[in-house]
This record gives sequence, C-alpha cells and structure tokens, in this order.
Amino acid sequence: MITLEHVTVSYGTGAKRIRAVSDVSFRVSAGEAFGLVGESGSGKSTVLRAVAGLIPHALGRIVLDGREMQVRRPKATRKMVQMVFQDPYGSLHPNQTVDQTLTMPVAIHKLGNTDRRVSAALQEVGLGREHRYRYPHQLSGGQRQRVAIARALILEPRILLLDEPTSALDVSVQAEILNLLARLRRDHGLTALMVSHDLAVIAHLCERIAVMSHGEVIEITTADALASGNVAHPYTRQLLRSNRGFDRSGAAIVDASS
Amino acid sequence: MSDTVTWRGWLLDPAPASRGQARLGRWYRSWRAFRRNGLAMTGLIVVLALVLMAVAAPLIADPTAATLQVLTSRLQPASSAHWFGTDELGRDIFARIVFGARTTLTIVALVSIIVVPAGLAIGLPAGYFGGWVDVVLMRITDIFLSFPRLVLALAFAAALGPGIENAVIAISLTTWPPYARLARAETLTRRHAEFIEAAELQGASHLRIIVTQIVPLCLPSVIIRLTLDMAGIILTAAGLGFLGLGAQPPAPEWGAMVSSGRQVLLDQWWVSTIPGIAIFVTSVGFNLLGDGLRDVADSRSA
Amino acid sequence: MTQSPIPLLSVRNLRVVYPGEEGDFVAVRKISFTLGRERLGIVGESGSGKSTTGRAIMGLVAAPGRVEADEMRLGEVDLLRLDERGFRRLRGKRVAMILQDPKYSLDPVMSVGYQIAETHRCHFGSSPLAARAATLEMLSAVYIRDPERVYELYPHQVSGGMGQRVMIAMMLIAGPDLLIADEPTSALDVTVQHQVLAIMDDLVRSRGMGLILISHNLHLVSAFCDRVLVMYAGHVVETCNASELAAARHPYTRGLLASLPELGRRRAELPQLQRDPAWAADAS
Repeated sequence: MITLEHVTVSYGTGAKRIRAVSDVSFRVSAGEAFGLVGESGSGKSTVLRAVAGLIPHALGRIVLDGREMQVRRPKATRKMVQMVFQDPYGSLHPNQTVDQTLTMPVAIHKLGNTDRRVSAALQEVGLGREHRYRYPHQLSGGQRQRVAIARALILEPRILLLDEPTSALDVSVQAEILNLLARLRRDHGLTALMVSHDLAVIAHLCERIAVMSHGEVIEITTADALASGNVAHPYTRQLLRSNRGFDRSGAAIVDASS
Repeated sequence: MSDTVTWRGWLLDPAPASRGQARLGRWYRSWRAFRRNGLAMTGLIVVLALVLMAVAAPLIADPTAATLQVLTSRLQPASSAHWFGTDELGRDIFARIVFGARTTLTIVALVSIIVVPAGLAIGLPAGYFGGWVDVVLMRITDIFLSFPRLVLALAFAAALGPGIENAVIAISLTTWPPYARLARAETLTRRHAEFIEAAELQGASHLRIIVTQIVPLCLPSVIIRLTLDMAGIILTAAGLGFLGLGAQPPAPEWGAMVSSGRQVLLDQWWVSTIPGIAIFVTSVGFNLLGDGLRDVADSRSA
Repeated sequence: MTQSPIPLLSVRNLRVVYPGEEGDFVAVRKISFTLGRERLGIVGESGSGKSTTGRAIMGLVAAPGRVEADEMRLGEVDLLRLDERGFRRLRGKRVAMILQDPKYSLDPVMSVGYQIAETHRCHFGSSPLAARAATLEMLSAVYIRDPERVYELYPHQVSGGMGQRVMIAMMLIAGPDLLIADEPTSALDVTVQHQVLAIMDDLVRSRGMGLILISHNLHLVSAFCDRVLVMYAGHVVETCNASELAAARHPYTRGLLASLPELGRRRAELPQLQRDPAWAADAS
C-alpha cells in the first residue's frame, strides 16, 4: 500500500543544505500498522510529511496504492491519505466551530450529504451533538484530538498518518485515543503509518516498526522483537534501555559539549 | 426580565445547536469582556455619539446656519443664539461642528473600506506565497512607506485637485502600507500552523485557504489597527483641510475650520479651538475604542 | 533517609483559589505534606494542581489568585507572611525552581554564562570576575565539558539537554536548600532526560538538598523519587513510597497505571480510566 524507495528529503539550498531524511526505504502492506520511532531530529516526522505530500522529496519514489506520487498532487489523490497531527489545539482553526472544520473537506471534494456525514463522523469518534458547534477552546485536549481524527476520516481515506497523536495529551486520555484509533483502524481496514518517540505507544498500535536516527532507517523490527529485546542494532538497544526507565544506581553521566 | 435571562442563557449555552448560535455566543462573550473596561466603553460612547450626531445632524442644528454668512455677526462669542459663537464669516460654529461631523465620518468610512481590503490583498499573498511575490509586493509597499504620510497625501491631493473624494483617495494611498505589513506579518506567523497544513492535506486551493483560514485570523488585528489609526486619518484629513485641499468652502470641515480661525486665534480663540477640541475628542474616542478592542482580542487569544 | 528535626518544607491545608467572573476556581484544595532532605514527586495530569502547588511555595501565584494555608514553612521561615520582597530574597538562595523548556525560561538576548553570573552577582554582590569563576565552576558541576566555550553561547545555540543543564547551574549557584523541578525533562528526548535527571540526582545528593519533582510521568517519578504524591483535581489522592507505587490503593492511581501501554504486554484494548466524581469532591 505504501512503498518508499530511497527517499531523500532536504531543506535549504547550497551550502546550508540539510538532509533531513537520507535514503529511506520500506514497505507497508494494506491494512498494516507501521511505526516510525526515533528521537527528535531523527527525520521521522519529515518522512510522514513527505508521504502526506506536504513537503517535496528530493530523491526516490513514494508509491501509494500503486500510484507514484509526484510533488504536486491532484485533488483527487488527497482523499487517499489523511493525517492526524500532534498538537490537538494547533491542528484546529481557532475561529472555526467543529462543524465548520468537518464541513470544509466535504465541501472541497463536493461529496454532498454534508449534514449526515458530519453527524456520522462525530458519532464515530465518540462525540455528540452538543460538541458540534463548539469552538476548539471550548473542548478538552482529548475532544479536540477526536475532532482531528473525525476530520481525517470524513474523506474516507485508505491511509491514515499519525504524527505523535497522543504525546500532547494527558495520560488518562491517551488510552482512550489509542483505543479509538485501534478500533477505527480495524473497522475501516485502514493502513496506518505512525510516528512516535514513545516505544510503548508505538508497540501497542503497530506490528512492524522502523527505528530512525539522523535521517536514516537504522533497523526495521517488530513489536514482539522489541518487547523481548531481540534487536540487532546497538542504537535500538540503547533506545530500549532508556525506555525502561530511570536507573538511579547505574546512570553514567556523559559530559555534554553541545 | 425573564426575557433577558433566556436570551443570555441562549447565548452562553455551552452546547450551541447551530452555527449562528455559536457565533453570536462568541460575540456576546467578547462584548461582556469589552464592557468591563471603562475606558473602552467611554471610547465607544464617544464614537457612537459622533455617528449619531452625524446621522441626526439636521435634527440637532439648522442646516442653513452651517453655511449662512451673516457678516454683521462675525466673530461673536458663545451666546444663546450661537452656542459656540460665529466664525469670521458669521456662520454658526455649532452648526458647522455638527455638520462637519458628517464630513469627518464620510472621510473616515471611505478610507477604511478602501484601506483594509487593499492592505489584506497585498499583505496576505506576500506572506502566503513568499518568494518573488513577497519581494515585489513588499518593495511596492516600502516605496509608499518611505514618504511621510502627510507630505505624500499633500502631493496626491495637489495632483488630483481639491475636493473630498480626492482627499479620500490621497489619504487612502498613504495609509494602506502598514496594513499590508501587518497582514503579511500575521500570515507569516500562521503560514505553517498545523491547521493550514491540514487544509492543504485536504486539497484546499490556495484561494480557499487564504479566504477561509487566514483572513479571519488577520482581520482582528487589522481592524484594531484601523481604530487606533483613526486619529491619524482624521488629523491627516484635517491637515489637508487646513491647507485648503480636501473639503472646499463653504462646506464645513473641522480642519478647514481650524485653519480659517488662525488669524483671529488670540482674540476670538473659539473659532479655531472649538473644532480643534472636536478633532481631539474624536481621536481620543477612537483610540480608547481601539485599545479596548485590542484588550479583548488579546484576552481571547491568550 | 534521615529527616532533620525541623522539616525542610511543611505545608498544611494549602488552598489556592483563582476568583473568576463565573465563580471561583479552586486549583489546590487543602493539601498537606512535609519534606525533609529527600526527593518528593508530585504526579498529576493537567488541571490537577501540581504546578500551582510548586508556584505557591515560591510565591509565584499571581493576583487575583489567592494562597491560603494553615501552615506553610520553609525551615523556620513562614512563607505565608512573606511579601514580594521577602520572596525575592528567598528565591534562588533558599528555594529554586526549574521549568520545563529552557527555550522559554532562558533570556534569549544574553549569553548563558552571563545569565548565570548575573544570578551569582545578584545574590552575593560579587565582582564580575568572581561571578564568572563561580559560573564556570558551576557549569563543570553539571558536567559540561568545555565551560569556557559554553559560557559565551546564546540560548538558541544550545540543545535542549544542554539548556536544562544551564538552568540547573543557574538555579543552584546560590546554594538553595530546596529545588522544585516542574516537568524538567518533558521537553527532552528520552536519553537526554536520563542524563539531566542523573545530574539532578548527583547535585541534590551531594548538597544535601530537598527536591520536589513535579511531573505527569508516573514511572519517571517512581523511579527517581523517594516518595510520591498523586494529585487529582486539586486533592492529594495517594501518598506512598516510590517503591510501593505498583501497590497503590486509590482507584485513580490504579486506573492510571493500568491504562499505560507497556512494551511487552500487548493488549487489544487499554483499560480506560473511569473518573469518579467523588475523587474531586471536597472532604469538608
């Protein structure tokens, strides 16, 4: 469903050119959930945005559902891929009600039946009629993220991209949203590509996981392998160790030089 | 009483049932925040009084008295017949002030509806598209900005000729640049916000994004800037009037009135001072209103 | 952990209220705790009142917010009687606070070294040279390898982890007894988090300080601190030793622990926390 072949994304020009993503390749089958994990600066969010078509990729091919994606995407292909962003407040327009936010995609693609679609979308993410005409600042973080998910699904995409969907949320809300995402994925047979820095969250939702560092894919492994510690690359091992929690007795302090 | 309670309850309903209710509810909350600010309310009252005075001018003062020259009663101080006295041609100053409000308001309104769309139309694409669009549009803006406002207005007015319409054009041409800059700055701030990215992802065209997403964000600060600028616009109009451009005699215009009273400033001070006070009060009123609006906008975005 | 006879910090029935036009908002509802030369973790989600508690201790609750308590003492100093001047003398010297993101808590127009030296001069009235020397020493104490070079850097030139080390240096240079850290590592990557915590661990231990770590991360707090307070809606719902957190009794804590995804324990659905309104109710 999703194929990346030797994808490279760079920013800037000339001497200041930075390679955010270098020669990344992986495949995601239809209906699968694939995770991208790494620390900040690893390029994982950049890969996601390149797949979404929000930023151009300099080299390589991105193929979605058999069709190669160019830098400029026609409107019709937009329906295929949608994304849930990290910051539930930043991804909703502050001056638009939930209703307006959900109506816009329907209007853009002239799908018709607006009222029915919006109601159905809200119901699917567990929101009610009382939420429909509220503004984002009148909703809690979890509710806003539900709206963002409803917006992503209202166009009936085949691929759902998730950019750290729960890291800006409270711990207790995180479980609700993760459950919601798992359920929606099952119900709609979505292919999911998820980015997170939290190994436990990624392993919960995804079967196969790529570990990234400094723009490169270090290793592609599975959730089970991560759980059992059966990983190949030392960086992955280090990531697993950090994830285990703070160790008072043994932490060796490393001098920092910026 | 019970009606008010129901209305307010409807407006403040935490679960609005329609888009209209939600929007009105938002306005109502902002209004309540605004109402708490005493100075802002003062500004609002002054502006409303001005508008009322302009609209109901014939009911307040005698229209003929504003232009009727009675040379035998020149330069009279305030009396029961002439509340603010008479000017150097025997015209009733009170009537001229009241009708002059019409002129002032006309100029202000016309300038506003030209300047805001023009500023947005230039600043928004510059901020949104960046690149050479930005460079070209901003350099044009810079050229206009590099001239002192009054001097440029003067040049345009002199070139176009006297008259209110030309004064409006001249003032507009010199007032729009800061709004373009402001619109561009606001656009740049939001350009890469995630909700814009989400809109792009949905396949929204540039036009749709600019009009439905970015304009609503720029509009508050532009309008607030406009109210704060009103004082400047009024003073520029007065300046043009003072110099004989803009409204032509015998039409009453506050700036022209100040000018014509120059010769007799020491002995018959009211001829210049009273229109001067009118200009001052109006400017302060708009300023306070603008400050109040900005406070409400800040608290809403905080 | 031996406790000194007078606890370092003692708080009894602390209440913080923010009056508003639509009613008062009570951020902290009558909580009590004491702190010795140990590490206390305050855990809670947004709105639990944990950050407000930290700010109340520092006297940073801005008007119209009100701080009320039966007792709030730092050693022998009665915090309830202090005015702004009194607090200013206390801050930095007796109690210090580290915030979440050094990007926002460091002054962007001054070099980091200058800011730290300024703190030193402010508290000790030292000469610029002495302040600089003390700053360099402090930068080494937070394990920065080349302090002279880092001294000249501006906040935007240092990474997140380095920025937090700078913050720690700045806050500890005047030698406070109590350090309050409000989400000090939430903005950092996991590996860097552990480094920063290890440094805090080292300094707090070697200086015999007390530490209050405020965080939303249960596991982090239980690993790092000696004791844990769990807050919900302004109440303390659980107090226990960090090592005993897994055996927590309050349904909120248990619910929270159960709802966290765990590597190695794949569940089809995570148990969702069911909020009981009784938890938020005031006792009196």
